[in-house]
Amino acid sequence: MKHVLSLTALALIAVSVLAVLFWPRAVWSTEEIATLRGLSLASLSPLAPDPSNRYGDDARAAALGARLFFDTRLSVDGTIACATCHIPAQQFQDGRPLGQGVGTTTRRTMPLAGTAYSPWLFWDGRKDSQWAQALGPLESAVEHGGTRTQYAHIIKQYYRPEYEAIFGPLPDLTDTTRFPAAAGPVADPAALAAWDGMAPEDREAVTWVYVNIGKAIAAYERQLMPRASRFDAYIDALVRGDPATSLQMLSPDEVAGLRLFIGNGHCIDCHNGPLLTNNDFHNTGVPIAPGMPEDTGRAEGLVQVQADAFNCLSQYSDAQPAECSELRFAKVDSHGQTRQFKPPSLRGVAARAPYMHTGQFPTLHVVLEHYNQAPAAPAGDSELRPLNLTEQELAQLEAFLQSLNAAEQTPIAACLGCHTRAKTIRASHGEP
Amino acid sequence: MIEPMEEGSVGSQVMVSGRRSPRWVLVSVVCIVLLVAAFGAMRMRMSYVPADLDVTTIQTSAAGVYRVRYTPRSVSIPINEIHTWTIHVETDDGRPVEGATITVDGDMPQHGHGLPTSPQVTKELGGGDYLVEGMKFHMPGWWVVDYTISTAGQPDTVRFNLLLR
Repeated sequence: MKHVLSLTALALIAVSVLAVLFWPRAVWSTEEIATLRGLSLASLSPLAPDPSNRYGDDARAAALGARLFFDTRLSVDGTIACATCHIPAQQFQDGRPLGQGVGTTTRRTMPLAGTAYSPWLFWDGRKDSQWAQALGPLESAVEHGGTRTQYAHIIKQYYRPEYEAIFGPLPDLTDTTRFPAAAGPVADPAALAAWDGMAPEDREAVTWVYVNIGKAIAAYERQLMPRASRFDAYIDALVRGDPATSLQMLSPDEVAGLRLFIGNGHCIDCHNGPLLTNNDFHNTGVPIAPGMPEDTGRAEGLVQVQADAFNCLSQYSDAQPAECSELRFAKVDSHGQTRQFKPPSLRGVAARAPYMHTGQFPTLHVVLEHYNQAPAAPAGDSELRPLNLTEQELAQLEAFLQSLNAAEQTPIAACLGCHTRAKTIRASHGEP
Repeated sequence: MIEPMEEGSVGSQVMVSGRRSPRWVLVSVVCIVLLVAAFGAMRMRMSYVPADLDVTTIQTSAAGVYRVRYTPRSVSIPINEIHTWTIHVETDDGRPVEGATITVDGDMPQHGHGLPTSPQVTKELGGGDYLVEGMKFHMPGWWVVDYTISTAGQPDTVRFNLLLR
């Protein structure tokens, strides 16, 4: 019997050791708490000024920008505003696989909260400031579809006092032979021909109005910040040594999901920092949606931003060249950057289906399955490696991602007055 | 593993002989080895960064030509924020190295990818100091940063390890 007892003891020891090793731990190590702390909204550093936009923190510019953001007159047929796709009540996105302006885009509308922290805008980073980003859709044939002379005329007609108080006198646009109703460097041949027919100094004067429209919209967008979620409350309680409160904030499954998020799921590799994105670019092997054109992502986006007439180093930027470090030291690696896309913030992600840059994945479950399996990329090299997580672990990760939803999804505006003003403006445009 | 050890042949043998049988020893050893292996595998999964990783900010170059020290702009190296470093280059006997041509590169050994930026030495500050612009790390974890330093006929490379959280 003696050896049987010994064996039983040995088996018990083995089981205990394995249980200690593999049992979901209920407590976090000091290092893990430090990691978690870095993910809390409380760790978000104050927003630094945008050196390329000297009006970025001007409240008057933000107020004008908010009105422009919701103004459908800024489109070829008076139907599309920024807010048409960037819907405030839906985290400033539209829940569609592809953006729908006057036509259909080739990418999914991105949410806006916290994008003031990103050095690169759009899925492929083809713009390097919020103001330059805002100017893209305005002249896109499938988004707002308008032209910069049209927008300058609208500013003159409806916003002149506010505009001039911030940016100085508008050019005299009364001569419509010099300043046609629709002219700009756009796809529409007639508008392009009209633009080419304008005097260079007139084009320049109109472009400055156009740039200032972008800078005003950016001043508004800078204020859109994510709201705190249960996840933040959990971390904040952990950090201040209040486990009782933290236990009320996340369920055991959500905690297990969080442990996977910062551990074996490797989510934190790219979804790090308080915004849960590194705002860089990654090829995660997402499939090409049927019928979509070839899309090389960051590879082409980098070429575009380097050539962009409105980039940080351009004459329209208020930054000194030394302040354009991201652009000056941008990495050029066309193969490595093929089909790299920017990871959006995961804050509020569970309420933002469908997922990926063309809405390829309808649910978070499908997204997590993709990351678990890590299929080869359709082009370029996927950075993913199979995770070999169990169905239960995937469910825990999904549960955790749900905890990133704020009670109220509409991003908060950094200043209370600005938020109130945005609400007023939404109301005046019939928005909820 | 347990099955052959149940009451029966081996047990009675032990009872009779009064000493442990070779099979008992063998099974015990196998159990212990398996436990150690499981524990080892667990440890490897948790900390695959070399345990003795040298993360000091002063390193001697591979061929011993230079001693190099780096100072990041801020106290801790930020993640997701482009920033500058100052590096100080001296000879192994402590004389500042001036007029060197320096290139910089970085890598994440566990991920197989490099820096998200292309940093450059943009200015010689004097006294063996050089300004490095465009440093950026976009992931927590183990990074290496390599400087290749050349003065007349003496190129050499120095590597720094960083553990970022």
